[in-house]
Amino acid sequence: MKVLMFGWEFPPFNSGGLGTACYGITKALSEKGIEINFVLPRNYKIDEDFLNVISTRLPKIKIKEIDSLLVSYITSENYRRRFLELTKSNIEYNYCDDLIEEVYRYSKIAAEIAAEIDHDIIHVHDWMTFPAGIEAQKISQKPFIAHVHSTEYDRSGGHGLNPYVYQIEKNGINYADNIIAVSNLTKNKIKNGYNENSKRIEVVYNAINVSDFADGKDHSHNFKNYKIVLFLGRLTLHKGPDYFLNAAKKVLEKNDEVLFIISGSGDMDHQIIEQAANLGISDKVLFTGFLRGERLKQIYKMADLYVMPSVSEPFGITSLESLASGTPVMISKQSGASEILNHCLKVDFWDTDEMANKILAVVDNEELKTCLSDNGQNEVSDFKWSNVADKIINIYNKLINSKKIT
Amino acid sequence: MPSICFYFQVHQPYRIKKYSVFDIGNDHDYFKDENLNEKGNKAVMEKVSRKCYLPTNKILLDLIHKHPEFKISYSFSGTALEQMENFAPEVLESFQKLIKTGNVEILSETYYHSLAFFYSDEEFIEQIELHKKKIKELFDYEPKVFRNTELSYNNELATIVERLGYNGILAEGWEHYLGYRSPNFLYRPKGTQKIKLLLKNYKLSDDIAFRFSNKQWKEHPLYVPKFCNWLNSVNGNGNTINLFMDYETFGEHQWEDSGIFDFLYSLPEEILKHPDNNFKTPSELISTYQTVGELDIHNTLTWADTERDLSAWTGNSMQKSSLRKIYEIEEDVINSTDEKLKTDWRKLQTSDHFYYMCTKWFSDGDVHKYFSPYESPYEAFISYMNILNDFRLRLKNS
Repeated sequence: MKVLMFGWEFPPFNSGGLGTACYGITKALSEKGIEINFVLPRNYKIDEDFLNVISTRLPKIKIKEIDSLLVSYITSENYRRRFLELTKSNIEYNYCDDLIEEVYRYSKIAAEIAAEIDHDIIHVHDWMTFPAGIEAQKISQKPFIAHVHSTEYDRSGGHGLNPYVYQIEKNGINYADNIIAVSNLTKNKIKNGYNENSKRIEVVYNAINVSDFADGKDHSHNFKNYKIVLFLGRLTLHKGPDYFLNAAKKVLEKNDEVLFIISGSGDMDHQIIEQAANLGISDKVLFTGFLRGERLKQIYKMADLYVMPSVSEPFGITSLESLASGTPVMISKQSGASEILNHCLKVDFWDTDEMANKILAVVDNEELKTCLSDNGQNEVSDFKWSNVADKIINIYNKLINSKKIT
Repeated sequence: MPSICFYFQVHQPYRIKKYSVFDIGNDHDYFKDENLNEKGNKAVMEKVSRKCYLPTNKILLDLIHKHPEFKISYSFSGTALEQMENFAPEVLESFQKLIKTGNVEILSETYYHSLAFFYSDEEFIEQIELHKKKIKELFDYEPKVFRNTELSYNNELATIVERLGYNGILAEGWEHYLGYRSPNFLYRPKGTQKIKLLLKNYKLSDDIAFRFSNKQWKEHPLYVPKFCNWLNSVNGNGNTINLFMDYETFGEHQWEDSGIFDFLYSLPEEILKHPDNNFKTPSELISTYQTVGELDIHNTLTWADTERDLSAWTGNSMQKSSLRKIYEIEEDVINSTDEKLKTDWRKLQTSDHFYYMCTKWFSDGDVHKYFSPYESPYEAFISYMNILNDFRLRLKNS
């Protein structure tokens, strides 16, 4: 079977869970004999270091790049900034000056690719690629799957929904032959927010390759008696870093031998640094910026607890990464991962008293940490990408067979 | 001629409420249940009274009137009796009526349904004394046979209980220790002189207590004649069939629509159809039958799960740590003159608190979850440890 797949990002050049998920899914599919052409945007002039290392590691996966200024998780404002920077340079370009227009320009090129590459299924990941999927489908008439890893509702944190992005998302979802949602939470959002028939939406949870996180070096001894509580994610409203800091303040009032590490970058960078200062806890809050590779593994290993206080989290693959590293997690009840994780602490994102209560319980009771860590690590070892691939292949087969009948 | 011996366990813990680190120093009402809602102590007592205690007591009283040969026995935890007094006095009255018939034996246990035996002999004995007083006060009755929390048992327990003057003790009839021997006889615990050991016939007990409404079970539905055939097949190969189970089996674990009440109501008549059968209480078994051999149970045996050990209460490090911490303050609590402090300490010893922290089945969405008032074993531990910290502050200031 041949799949034409459109995505935003692919490791090692990812900035979020979408790239991680796309890698896990495509690798597991390829191991089951599925051939994949993975198409993603790439700017040759700006992202000079982008090397095609993946295709040599995964022989059944071919990476196709379309020259574009699009990058993952970009907002209209950030796109505009990126575009203006480019205009100041001497580089020649044919990109659009507006994010949405660029997405449509991109989709026209995608259609050309669909005409060139033989495929049985079109499988696309998140809104930016939905128009590309639609255009490709018009050319090849093959079944089109929209895989929803997050919605505009999640990314905007419920405020300032971008109507253009929403419309693109809605068109893609309603047009698709089948929709894959990463959780029931997301399935319900698609159903209610995009007026979609829930029978066309399949829930396929993400997974983890536990051994990828087993060998991180633990440098926590450098921090002596201090316990380490970790936030890791983009610093945007929907990840809830502000709630994390408010909880940190409450923890430190009871126990000042705790350090709070914030890993990640995003549009709230300055706001969060300022908030820590205003709360008077700057000396206990460390910022690492965005981490990947060995650094990422080390930070998970170092932490005594990973906190994912997301306001709205379609899945939250970092919670699995942390557990795979042996570090217990506290996740918000407003997350997809909380539907499948039992051996973790759960809180409402807004309940910073309860967050502080649980953080203190973990840092004060080694037994609690041990139980959460052992049982949690054991639990995530059952969440395998190969099971995810089996479910997706079932959906492929179902769609191919039903197309044949009609 | 097998005797049928029924023993029903009646127990309700004082569940602790959700208790935050920010409550420490401010709130000492650990068991007041506003925040537990439908799983709060008062609400549970009211629900179980309605679904189980009241209807089952009525059936059993009718049965005793109908068949004067029908006998049963109960063990009541002190915490259950107190909550009946406070939340469901009509339930207590209906138990008192049953006891007055003379057909009902009451067994001895630790007042707080605790695991004290495994941590402190003094506390264990004190809780038996407290229980004895409560049973005397409410039922004008003096128990002669002992059973320990969750039917936990070992040689050492039998030795101590014998020294305390009891004639009999109950345990699980598990083949791991019995080998070829049958649970349907009385045994002498290793290291004792006089006390007799009664063993639960877990297969027949669990047919009622666990499997009765299980539609996947090949014997479902279980009707009275079929069950009586199984009982009668023991004839000639045993003195007694001990049917030991939680009283909440009737109407709470097995719901009314499963037909459990009809089953119970028709059972004695069917059993008595066979002229060799009769009903006996544990004390009557002890005075009627001789022991047939010595039983050596060195490791602790319980009636729980397939492991038949204490691992559901003491298996993980949260449970071990919280148990260690509640018992390590024993001396200070006992030396304190604050009676409320002592009572709270004892309420915190109830085995259920540690059971709620069990992580063994948590992933399976198992039935065990149904009985926990907490979202997870971790939540149970966190509230318990916060309460323990508040308790220690009170202890320090007392």
